[in-house]
Amino acid sequence: MEEENESGVVKKFMYVNRKAPYGTIYALEVLEMVLISAAFDQDVHMAFLDDGVYEIKKGHTPKGVGMKNFSPTYRALEGYDIEKLYVEKESLEERGLTEDDLLVPVEVMSRADLAKLMSEMDVVLTA
Amino acid sequence: MAYTLNGKTVEADEEGYLVDLNEWNEELADLIAKDENITMTPEHWEVINFLRDYYAEYQIAPAVRVLTKAIAKKMGPDKGNNKYLYELFPYGPGKQACKIAGLPKPTGCV
Amino acid sequence: MSTLHTVNKSPFERSNLDSCLGHVVAGDSIILIEDAVYAALSGTSVTARMADAAKQFRICVLGPDLQARGMDTGAVIDGITVVDYGGFVDLAAESRVVNAWL
Repeated sequence: MEEENESGVVKKFMYVNRKAPYGTIYALEVLEMVLISAAFDQDVHMAFLDDGVYEIKKGHTPKGVGMKNFSPTYRALEGYDIEKLYVEKESLEERGLTEDDLLVPVEVMSRADLAKLMSEMDVVLTA
Repeated sequence: MAYTLNGKTVEADEEGYLVDLNEWNEELADLIAKDENITMTPEHWEVINFLRDYYAEYQIAPAVRVLTKAIAKKMGPDKGNNKYLYELFPYGPGKQACKIAGLPKPTGCV
Repeated sequence: MSTLHTVNKSPFERSNLDSCLGHVVAGDSIILIEDAVYAALSGTSVTARMADAAKQFRICVLGPDLQARGMDTGAVIDGITVVDYGGFVDLAAESRVVNAWL
């Protein structure tokens, strides 16, 4: 069921992160898009799958490659009321990672469950 | 544009935000504030320091809504509200205070 | 004389590393850089293939790119060498050709 806020209908948004950080600009661009879209009071979901799980790996230290460490910004999402973060279990396992390797609290779910959740969205943006 | 402090030029973008965050110091903050017609008081500094701490922790300048909520959480509702913060920074506690704090324009500031 | 193959794409996303491994000949070296550094780590779905390749060819991984991504150099597969930028330059200088699998 769709809820309403003072400015209209609240839609279910999902931002799907599937790119590794630093090698390309996608991860940072999606993060900025999410922070900006937070101003519109929508029902925002963020999913991390495939190489996207690397975005929230603890311990990024990109000083040696001359880039800014933007991973602490994922911890700011909570303050922007974006607290629905999902990570795909299979993607973690393929990469030898566990929930303990991640720098923000997330819900780990199976590929099948994530597919179901994705199918319930009004808007899906994948990068 | 640029600021001149003690004969040294500090680069800023066309809106007055510092190009290099590392060039910020308190004296420069006073100068930027003066440009914005703000006389810095301990209350102003409290917000500026809060913003700088926030940036150090999260690597972004918060949207004003997020800043207000975070200040309310840390310093109480007397300070974490729009009226108080806009009185200190009439052109916006996000935009104006971030500029004085030497931070980029807030992310998620529409 | 030999070739240095550079690979910079994640093995989970692109086939660059597979293609590279299919075209390496005896005496060649491979260096994993940027998003390809994920291929150098143990415990993943490509670890077995890489451990096997490391027995046949010299395989290196760029340390600063591992650190950028929060990856522990201690988790690098046995037989793969971690190098810094200077080591990368040495590898290129020692090789007759550099082939970048972009």
